[in-house]
Amino acid sequence: MTMVEGAMPSESLTVEQAIANLNQTDDPSLRYYAAWWLGRFRVSQPAAIAALVTALDDEADRSPDGGYPLRRNAARALGKLQDPSVGLALIQCLDCPDYYVREAAAQALGDLGDRTCIEALQAKLVGGVEAAVPVPGKPHLVEPYGAILETLGMLKATTAIAAIRPFLRHSVPAVQNSAARALYQLTGEEQYAEQLVTVLQSPTLQLRRSALMDLGAVGYLPAAEAIAATLAENSLKLIALKGLLDQHLTAPEGQPPVLSDRVIAVMDLMDELL
Amino acid sequence: MVIETGSIQERIRAVEAADSALALVQAVRSLAMAKDPAAIPTLITVLGFNNPGAAVMAVDGLVGLGAAAVPALLEQIDGYNYGARAWAIRALALIGDLRALEILVDTARGDFALSVRRAAAKGLGALRWQDMASGEIAPAQASVQAALLMASADPEWVVRYAAVVGLAGLATALGANIPESDNGGTLVTCAASTLAVANPEASITTCLEALQQRAIADEEILVRARAQRAIDLLTVG
Repeated sequence: MTMVEGAMPSESLTVEQAIANLNQTDDPSLRYYAAWWLGRFRVSQPAAIAALVTALDDEADRSPDGGYPLRRNAARALGKLQDPSVGLALIQCLDCPDYYVREAAAQALGDLGDRTCIEALQAKLVGGVEAAVPVPGKPHLVEPYGAILETLGMLKATTAIAAIRPFLRHSVPAVQNSAARALYQLTGEEQYAEQLVTVLQSPTLQLRRSALMDLGAVGYLPAAEAIAATLAENSLKLIALKGLLDQHLTAPEGQPPVLSDRVIAVMDLMDELL
Repeated sequence: MVIETGSIQERIRAVEAADSALALVQAVRSLAMAKDPAAIPTLITVLGFNNPGAAVMAVDGLVGLGAAAVPALLEQIDGYNYGARAWAIRALALIGDLRALEILVDTARGDFALSVRRAAAKGLGALRWQDMASGEIAPAQASVQAALLMASADPEWVVRYAAVVGLAGLATALGANIPESDNGGTLVTCAASTLAVANPEASITTCLEALQQRAIADEEILVRARAQRAIDLLTVG
């Protein structure tokens, strides 16, 4: 996603510099920035991948709460770079003591489309909603359930349906959203997507934003009008509507895309939001 | 609910007195619905409040007032508040007043915020050319076309999408005959074809070529689809 306003790097690097910065150990902030930069600019050459995988085991860069900032950035970057060889290294990150590394790894495995992680992700759901409680003193639950559920949905892990369903009633609304999104992807049943459409009326802006992204990600075309009408930034609505259309547009070899009346109607909604 | 009545002074005071984000949105909505030019300075002030909901309502109100709001909006552009400037450009893009032509061209070509480039690109396709002296139209349309061609190659898909919409609007404004499409379709001639433009056929051809380039080669299938939609509308088959 490149829709962030003014997201150009403040310091420009070359590919060689970025990889060198990631491989040095004297300056943690240079390593941290280089890991982000390699993902942002989609540098997928083997030397970059190798440096990022090495960074997943970093012990030097520690945050005050014991987290691993460099590992987080490296995992996020590897999700963007689409190199299939890094699946095992990311699966190992699912057991990292840092919650945010586990979250980044779960998301990256979804981006990667690596189905070998399904078993490890499903293991995180054992104990169900009862075990999915907050960590005392932290702003998060014991596991990154949102990322886990969404990745299981993206990976078409139909074996996880029964384990996911109870999370529709988790006390955290964002987790409910993730469960509904995954269940729609896994079952194709509209009731789950309609639950996300209902969230577009939530009084909480952050939940409306997350439902926009979820509906775009699952490509639920009947949500188009509700997306255009929800109270949120036009930029996010446009991304969501693009997500809907991306999954319904096809272009025959060497031909322009096929335009159905429904596709045209959604583009008309988008024109109004520009 | 805020009752949508009251004198313009009462509505302005309600905006000034709003003590929460939601109350502000409702007061601005009420002020915008009054459609009174006396509301313009207050609506423009709201653009600088960093309250997106209120800013959307204020833009709606300013767009509803049209040409009357343009001088004050152009003054706002010169201010230092970046957020307010972006909203003001958005309002100018939606009004389509030719006094905003220069700022829209500059914005579409180079603003760092993609949401502002996007609004400007769309706005360039919807300028009210009928208000311009005929001798000035050709060079102005040339600069609009150059800005839109640049925007159509923007790194951000949404700016390219908006540029497609803008190019289609410009081609329609240029209006003259469009070459027959491959399937033997007839030509679109629109009301604006009486405009005195140096070489409208060449300009339309340039717009259509840019649209065809997007329809065939854009990396995003959605931009390809929107460009194809524009071509379909411009060439009646």
